[in-house]
Amino acid sequence: MKPLSMTTPTDTTIEITRSFDAPISMVWRAHTEPELVKRWLTGPTGLTMPECEIDLRVGGAYRYVWAWDDNRMSAYGTFREIEAERRLLLTETFDIFPDNETLVEQVFGENGGQTVVRMSLHYDSKETRDGVLQSPMDEGLEASYQSLDKLISETV
Amino acid sequence: MSNLDSVFQALSDPTRRAILERLIQGEATVDEIREPFEMSQPSISRHLKVLEQAGLITTRIAGTSRPRRIEPLAFAAIEDWLKQYRAIWQANYERLDGLLEHLKQEDNAK
Repeated sequence: MKPLSMTTPTDTTIEITRSFDAPISMVWRAHTEPELVKRWLTGPTGLTMPECEIDLRVGGAYRYVWAWDDNRMSAYGTFREIEAERRLLLTETFDIFPDNETLVEQVFGENGGQTVVRMSLHYDSKETRDGVLQSPMDEGLEASYQSLDKLISETV
Repeated sequence: MSNLDSVFQALSDPTRRAILERLIQGEATVDEIREPFEMSQPSISRHLKVLEQAGLITTRIAGTSRPRRIEPLAFAAIEDWLKQYRAIWQANYERLDGLLEHLKQEDNAK
């Protein structure tokens, strides 16, 4: 099992980094072609993704539908920025929480023959609106959240 | 998960983060919380309400005063959620490893 790194660089951001033993073009395709996405982005065991639509252009929409037993859940959003085989910036909303839009950034890079994917989820509603990445917190706040970060890094 | 969404919503505001920072030091009344901010009592109360609805703080009734305190369970919930989130992505990426292997074999066969 390849290690997955998960950090909380700010109090409203989650960052996940993982490397893959495949060329960047292939990893990019697996993230952007519906027939490929359906085969792996299925979350917890027991779910399938019967529907997947991706309109890969700036302003284009995407939609994922997961199914289990008689239940369905979907996520949808639009692409804000696209740099082919390098970076995606998109919004993400789950139908069960229609008021919570998350800004997701995926950066694809190469490192020693491996493809590294870094995914950042920004839960700050203001930054989601503005499409601006979060500035670092001031030192005072940083200090108060260190204990929380420590707790998370020890247990996650 | 709905709880976590409201938690993140609550944490997205700098004033509310500063209020939490104050409460990490110990419980405080609304007037004490308000002191460092140039803000009316109604606006501070609104922020407190958002924090309380997210389960990040609770109100204690002490005679006529209503001190607020931090809710450690809420932070434990964030931690639990992060663990689950990590497990889901671990599973997704292991399936992706399998798919990529498959695609590489297909490419080689061509």
